[in-house]
Amino acid sequence: MAAPIDPIVGRYVHLTLGGKPHRIYFEEAGRGIPLVCLHTAGADGRQFRHLMTDPAITEHFRVIAFDLPWHGKSTPPEGWHKDEYRLTTLGYAEAIRAFVAALEIEKPVVLGCSIGGRIVLHLAIAHAREFRALIGLESAAFQEPWYDLDWLHRSDVDSSEVSAALVSGLIAPQAPEEARWETLWFYLSSAPGIFKGDLHFYRVDGDLRAQVRRIDTTQCPLYLLTGEYDFSCAPEDTERTAREIPGRPEVTVMKGLGHFPMSENPRQFRRYILPVLDRIRAAAG
Amino acid sequence: MADDLIKRWERLPDLVNDDARLVHRGRLVSLEAMIGIGEQPYHLAIERGRVAALTHGPFLMRCWRFAVRGPAESWRRHWEPTPPPHFHDLFAMSKAGHVVIEGDVQPLMANLFYFKDVLSAPRRLSGVH
Repeated sequence: MAAPIDPIVGRYVHLTLGGKPHRIYFEEAGRGIPLVCLHTAGADGRQFRHLMTDPAITEHFRVIAFDLPWHGKSTPPEGWHKDEYRLTTLGYAEAIRAFVAALEIEKPVVLGCSIGGRIVLHLAIAHAREFRALIGLESAAFQEPWYDLDWLHRSDVDSSEVSAALVSGLIAPQAPEEARWETLWFYLSSAPGIFKGDLHFYRVDGDLRAQVRRIDTTQCPLYLLTGEYDFSCAPEDTERTAREIPGRPEVTVMKGLGHFPMSENPRQFRRYILPVLDRIRAAAG
Repeated sequence: MADDLIKRWERLPDLVNDDARLVHRGRLVSLEAMIGIGEQPYHLAIERGRVAALTHGPFLMRCWRFAVRGPAESWRRHWEPTPPPHFHDLFAMSKAGHVVIEGDVQPLMANLFYFKDVLSAPRRLSGVH
């Protein structure tokens, strides 16, 4: 009997971002409504492998995850070693929109987690017409910091170890051991300074508190789901954001989950994400 | 309840030293820290990942690199088999004000997996008498 092969295909697309050529890695599986998935800070698209191997999803959705530049298998641009990497709101939104345009994806659903959850709020503010629906996991317009980012990139602390050890606390105690450590593996395999550079967007550049009241959920539905054990983006942070948005998008607090629902406990996460995807399908007719 | 908490905490040397994986993870760690369990101060001496001594205060002019202190209730909840949100992790507790971390935290950050496991080790004794 042949060994099992995941129905996931990975390829590279060449994009110009910030005026520079980039080689961007993406994976996809399934067919139907395009569902573009945005990974967390300091990680990559591997976090979504369980969505891509779940027939209940892939029978109706084309699930696509790309690695941001500097992440996973995406190559950093020429000259990357001359600058400090810092993700910005505009750069992040440009990458998403350029990727969607390059693959000629029409009106996708975008699902983003953590920094991905933050940027979907920006997409809802600035580009709502381009998307069928937006899903923010661990998403808030702002949240209070809980450690000094300088610890993430210095010569006397291993950056991958400290990054993984910090985020380990964001995983719920109920996470299966194997999934917990796979989630941490993504952090352990990230290049030095990249997690810190992503959090520049999260902490400094991407405070959306003054802007979320411009979101019009009648133009593009917005779904917010946050794990009860996430103390970085706690349920209260998401609920506070939702209260600021006209039309008050629904907030789902996910039991037994933390900051990485799709990878830390895929079985528990599907209980929450499948009903959302069903509603998006129903709206599509 | 409080006595049980202290009993569990005072078994820390065995909990750490009998865990070969944890000792290996901390093999580059040799330092002294101060841990406060409620009103009780404990001086924790680590040598190459092993707990060399866990000493109960009061202390006069004892040195330490960093300290982690919190009410007994914080540690009790941290050591539950399935701790509730905001008590399940050292930094979750720090952010919520359930513990205070102070001093030279460089060795804590450089060995964070190790110290999180050390400070949560009494969880392994929850329900054990």
